[in-house]
Amino acid sequence: MPIYSEKVMDHFMNPRNVGEIENPDGIGEVGNPVCGDMMTFYIKVKDNRLEDVKFKTFGCGAAIAVSSMVSEMAKGKTLEEARKITPQLVADELEGLPKNKFHCSNLGAQALSKAIDDYLSKKNKGGKK
Amino acid sequence: MRQVYLDNAATTPLLPEVREAMLPYLGELFGNPSCLHSWGDAAREAVERAREQVAQLIGAEAEEIIFTGSGTESNNFAIKGLALAQQAKGKHVVVSAVEHFSVLYSARTLEKWGFELTLVPVDKYGVVDPDEVRRNLRKDTILVSVMHANAEVGTIEPIEEIARITRENGILFHTDAVATAGTIPVKVKELGVDTLSLAGNQFYGPKGVGALWVRKGVRIIPLLDGGVQEGGRRAGTENVPAIVGLGKAAELARMDMPARIKHLTHLRDRLLTELPRKIERVVVTGHPQNRLPGNASFCVEFIEGESMLMWLNSQGVAVTSGSACTSRALKASHVLLAMGLPHALAQGSILFTLGLDNTDEDIDYVLEVLPPIVDRLRQMSPLYAKFTKAGKGGK
Repeated sequence: MPIYSEKVMDHFMNPRNVGEIENPDGIGEVGNPVCGDMMTFYIKVKDNRLEDVKFKTFGCGAAIAVSSMVSEMAKGKTLEEARKITPQLVADELEGLPKNKFHCSNLGAQALSKAIDDYLSKKNKGGKK
Repeated sequence: MRQVYLDNAATTPLLPEVREAMLPYLGELFGNPSCLHSWGDAAREAVERAREQVAQLIGAEAEEIIFTGSGTESNNFAIKGLALAQQAKGKHVVVSAVEHFSVLYSARTLEKWGFELTLVPVDKYGVVDPDEVRRNLRKDTILVSVMHANAEVGTIEPIEEIARITRENGILFHTDAVATAGTIPVKVKELGVDTLSLAGNQFYGPKGVGALWVRKGVRIIPLLDGGVQEGGRRAGTENVPAIVGLGKAAELARMDMPARIKHLTHLRDRLLTELPRKIERVVVTGHPQNRLPGNASFCVEFIEGESMLMWLNSQGVAVTSGSACTSRALKASHVLLAMGLPHALAQGSILFTLGLDNTDEDIDYVLEVLPPIVDRLRQMSPLYAKFTKAGKGGK
């Protein structure tokens, strides 16, 4: 039996929204090479909504699928809605993740949240936007 | 789609001749070798024939061979059994840092039982320096264990030299030859060791069977009590079909070894030389020359091994990786880390282990399908983005 669901395999092999955004409004980086997964999320915000979400990920099949799924779930959502994306919701949308991968690979929501933090802190400092 | 199996270190397939030899013992010849009737006689004869075959493979006496359930069991048996037999003499054990977990964690268990453990480091190729072993010996050292070759990186260790040192000091020496027995020449007298492990599924025999060779006169405490099988050193009804298969596989390996080595070395060298030409920033892991004939191991920079493995699998190619994500425990290969590789590079581990069925066309296919996979994964890797930006920025 394969370790990954069909949905995970689909997002792993055809990841959505891979890449970087030029002049992003926020960047969120999580992970480290010791655990094996690293994700960087880039966001573009317009009228309090995530107009664009892109990512780059170093990691296993689950990490790539999670990144892709989070980007898809987040696009078009308000910042408040996007904050409500939890690792469990991501795993559910992916029709499950292997038990041992749930924590280490499921960093997408955290990376997205960090990108939102980055955007808000820039905004509060009165930078661009 | 082409199917290319390149994970022979995990297990080799069963040779048809081996399967044929086993079949009667899964059928009408079902007897228990311990029994005194003719059913028992037939089974006992088969087990003893297999013992001869395995002994011949490694240049040993049949009575020195103990059949076990796996290479892992053989290693557990040697490390724990020898240490327990020697504990009145001392409680210090020395093993290399790149041993298989069945040696490493047996030694860890000894620590829990009150023994002391020293891990001997390796160089960047994974080679154990015999002088380093010598420096770590103490008056109370009772056992040294260094593997004959490392299956993950292919490096062959200087067992003869280490054995000279242990012999001079009257210390027992175990070698885990699971990666070498049946693959390259393994002669116990030349190696100079006291015990040696091997496993059937590493040389086209069945899974679930191994052997431990114990030099005549060496004391070992059994792990399994309660029966007189295997000279009272390993209780439990023998896995007769598997033992017969192991014996047949040993016989075939002994006869075909030079041709097998030639075949595997050719394919291995193609991968070792051609893959780094096709993909930038790839490093060969393990010793460049002194390595197992079927082992081509690499680390691919900026990407992670499991994602390479999954992609290759989708193209019909089976490989393995020492990355953290590939292991159930989510830890990067202790072998690669002991060789001093940084974590990020170790995560890009990919291991091709070749077998008798592989052809030049298989290698062509891998060399064709892997570069686009690497490229694709690098395009989504934040590490590769940093690397290319640093390059373009002129540092």
